[in-house]
Amino acid sequence: MSLLNSILEQLINGLRTGSIYALIAIGYTMVYGIAKMINFAHGDIIMVGAYALYVYSSILKLPLVAAIILTVVTCSVLGIITEKIAYKPLRNAPSLAVLITAIGMSFLLQNVALLIFKATPIPFASVVNVSGIRLGSLYLSGTTLVTLGVTVIAMVALTLFVNKTKAGRAMRAVSEDRGAAELMGISVNATISLTFAIGSGLAAVAGILYISQYETLMPTLGALPGIKAFVAAVLGGIGSIPGAMFGGIILGIIESLSKAYISTQLSDAIVYGVLVVVLLVKPSGLLGKLKIEKV
Amino acid sequence: MAMLKVTDLKVYYGVIQAIKGISFEVNQGEVIALIGANGAGKTTILHTVTGLLKPKSGKIEFEGTDITKMPGHKIVALGMAHVPEGRRVFADLTVYENLMLGAYTRKNKDEIAETLQMVYTRFPRLQERKTQLAGTLSGGEQQMLAMGRALMSHPKIILMDEPSMGLSPIFVNEIFDIIKQVSASGTTVLLVEQNAKKALEIADRAYVLETGNIVKSASASELMNDDSIKKAYLGE
Repeated sequence: MSLLNSILEQLINGLRTGSIYALIAIGYTMVYGIAKMINFAHGDIIMVGAYALYVYSSILKLPLVAAIILTVVTCSVLGIITEKIAYKPLRNAPSLAVLITAIGMSFLLQNVALLIFKATPIPFASVVNVSGIRLGSLYLSGTTLVTLGVTVIAMVALTLFVNKTKAGRAMRAVSEDRGAAELMGISVNATISLTFAIGSGLAAVAGILYISQYETLMPTLGALPGIKAFVAAVLGGIGSIPGAMFGGIILGIIESLSKAYISTQLSDAIVYGVLVVVLLVKPSGLLGKLKIEKV
Repeated sequence: MAMLKVTDLKVYYGVIQAIKGISFEVNQGEVIALIGANGAGKTTILHTVTGLLKPKSGKIEFEGTDITKMPGHKIVALGMAHVPEGRRVFADLTVYENLMLGAYTRKNKDEIAETLQMVYTRFPRLQERKTQLAGTLSGGEQQMLAMGRALMSHPKIILMDEPSMGLSPIFVNEIFDIIKQVSASGTTVLLVEQNAKKALEIADRAYVLETGNIVKSASASELMNDDSIKKAYLGE
């Protein structure tokens, strides 16, 4: 009974961490699908989100809802600006140039944060003020409940948006064939901007949830969840939104279970090991489609 | 005044000159064919007219408006639709979604529904398969979808790039019948074809392209009786 209980607890932990990975992974996968690039600065948007929430709620003392909305808007706008400044001029450049630029953008964001907020970690108590619930012998913390709830809402909303709205349909068209989409009258630039806005907005949400869990602000706090979420996106099949959701959750659960039952030190190695095995068996990822390149 | 007027167009791919200063006109209601061998520059011309490629020099006017530097996505709204080579339907989207993307620039829902009905009437097969993913259609059906999608924008002129390519002879005849119907309903057609015989049968006038130059232009019936054209393009 107690083993079952502990497994359930670890599953819920994994689900919580995995939800955050999933929210971030969606940004990687959408940007890859539409703009055909890996935005390595995406993880640092989480960091900006966490600091933005701190500024709006702790320094400016804005009401929580306003602070959260402003945080999401800040990150969305930042996402659009980074694309316009750094990536758009490289639209027809070799992918290596874009990759290096994205890494540069990541360093830039981290160092600007370092300049403004200094290297000393800033303690920042969770803004989530929800009491946990007890299900039998199982305890679910407020942060866990909010994280799971917010993630489910965000994923349902995103799925509906992409599949049911005109803008979502345009996004799928651009992702499949940019030139043909242009012939339909779809502005490729506007669609790419929208993609960056949505991805960065979700990263802001992830940043808020992440900081509610870890309660310490550092300029490099986005790096680790960023890279994990990238792994999740590849695991699920880069370019596929359900793949990113699924990959994030799976990754969180594997990480949590291996931390609890195998080894804390080895948990990351196990996570990457799973990625290697999945890619060996199915190179396009769990839910990804194999694209046959036409010559 | 010509509906579409192209003047001294020059297009480069890097340092290679693909189009070497061509001029042509399409008048309201005409079916114009651009014929020529592989690599003559036919597709390049269409891509440049609809804004997917930018010319080095020259001028493209549509109903008196200079569209040479206009981005591709704005040209559609003026009433110019392009059925691209290789069809390029959105394979992961349904037939219905593909058609609705064709009407992307239009706002009036009732008018869109009316056009959709018209497209379904013209292509009953698309209605039967409206919930199917476009990638699961046969080549001929995909060609019909690409044409239906272009018609959804309610174009004044429709540019078609190799509509018969890779299709069985039955489908080829069907596609050319449809082009005739589209033209009869008042839409101007600019047709690019390697199948010169079929193209000349339905065209009013034609331009013959060779390695980026227009080498001949005449009425379709005149070209069909031209010995050099017969020999080079009609296989007689």
